[in-house]
Amino acid sequence: MFDSLAEMIALAETQKQPLHQIVIAREAALIDRPPETIWALMCKRLEVMRRSTEEGVSRPVHSLSGISGGGAWKLWQQLENGYQPITGPILSRAIARAMAVNEVNAGMGCIVATPTAGSAGILPGVLLTLQEAYGFSDEQIINALFTASGVGAVIARRASISGAAGGCQAETGSAAAMAAAAAVELLGGTPHQSGQAVAITLKNMLGLVCDPVAGLVEVPCVKRNAAGAAQCFIAVDLALAGIESVIPPDEVIDAMANIGRRMDARFKETAEGGLAATPTGRRLAQIIWDGKPSAELKA
Amino acid sequence: MSSKRLVSAFDIIGPIMVGPSSSHTAGAVRLGRLGRAILGAQPQQAILGLHGSFARTGKGHGSDRALIAGLLALSTDDPRIRESLELARTAGMAVTFHTVDLGEDAHPNSVEMILRAGEQEVRVVGASVGGGMVEIQAINQYPISFTGEHETLLVAAEDRPGTIHAITGLFLKYRLNIAFSRVERKQRGGEAIQIFETDAQIPEDMIEALEDFYWVLWARHIPKLLD
Repeated sequence: MFDSLAEMIALAETQKQPLHQIVIAREAALIDRPPETIWALMCKRLEVMRRSTEEGVSRPVHSLSGISGGGAWKLWQQLENGYQPITGPILSRAIARAMAVNEVNAGMGCIVATPTAGSAGILPGVLLTLQEAYGFSDEQIINALFTASGVGAVIARRASISGAAGGCQAETGSAAAMAAAAAVELLGGTPHQSGQAVAITLKNMLGLVCDPVAGLVEVPCVKRNAAGAAQCFIAVDLALAGIESVIPPDEVIDAMANIGRRMDARFKETAEGGLAATPTGRRLAQIIWDGKPSAELKA
Repeated sequence: MSSKRLVSAFDIIGPIMVGPSSSHTAGAVRLGRLGRAILGAQPQQAILGLHGSFARTGKGHGSDRALIAGLLALSTDDPRIRESLELARTAGMAVTFHTVDLGEDAHPNSVEMILRAGEQEVRVVGASVGGGMVEIQAINQYPISFTGEHETLLVAAEDRPGTIHAITGLFLKYRLNIAFSRVERKQRGGEAIQIFETDAQIPEDMIEALEDFYWVLWARHIPKLLD
């Protein structure tokens, strides 16, 4: 789509258009389909995102392995019961929704990979919660998804969005950065500020390893989605205040690529390092790989 | 591992998929679908070699079920992916898995599929490169590259002058615009695989027309991957 965020942002500035319009125009040219079709494709994705957040907060959803699940519902219950979260009324709900999508994913439910399944909670968690809090229309949210996709496409091109190739920074980092650019645009920021939000988010998530217990997209992925939503919110507030990243966004993406390349394979989705290699991580993996019933895991 | 291909908005916001992993589940479904299309039929036998992360963590991600689901032509968002082992048994598809080492340069999520139906056999190597995006990297040990993002036409032919001219003549006849094309060959005058990617759908009778050329060994239409 674009080789750099600098190119994408410059185009938005010279054409005096929001980022989403720049992305939609490029996408229409790229896949050679009329704008209505492109719009309808994104519309369908928003519907699946919404369903997955609702499913995960309305009942405890458990994974097939049994090592994760039910967290989003627990937090949601707590909020519904009047608990005053220290993350505030908006972020707390974004966190719950982000976890919800990942729990549905771990249960082999239907989700939209944004950009991956392991990081699929962050974008819907952030955007659907902003919609609820600020009353944005579906049309505005769909536009925001295009902005997010433009950012993700640049990251995929310059670095990676795969945990196996670049670690968790490439998955939840990319997702949070995409959400940050989209949120800045929704909240009235400039394309330049969206770029700054991408840089700030990624900087704060550089080096994050992909160390899933038993190789499953569950532990720590579900909670990392909550963390990604929080990192996104931090960057959005900083960028909207006019705070600049000293390192420009494309250079931050390149730094992430560099770190990802040098990262030991044990920390790239192989389940051989980090949390996966802890005594508890190994014990759980053994039980799962031996095919024991999930009831034993919950004990 | 940066991607040199053109990335669409829907590679990033998508696919719509059954979890838990875009690269290990959705990407695996897509690789299976491409394998089936390259064979040109539903396999009766599939010998699947898993490399790297596919071998180490594939089972927990349902990569085995996902590859089989793809070989059965299921989509990434089909809830029957969970039951694909049983579906394969019912469909008379014999599947075995083993671990392979495709070398240090191979992507960590790679699979080698040996697929058989009747007299046909193909050996396909593909990788799931992240976010559900995939790439076919070798067919019958020819290094090739296509992603299933476009309608794709594969033509295996004797490597001789004039073949591209004849094939592009058919494109003109069917009024198809070629988005990308490449030729891969092992040695001069041997066998070459030609890859054509198009924007519009490739008609099935064009495949028959291609196979009528005496120098064409086989031709396949690989439908665009949709979710």
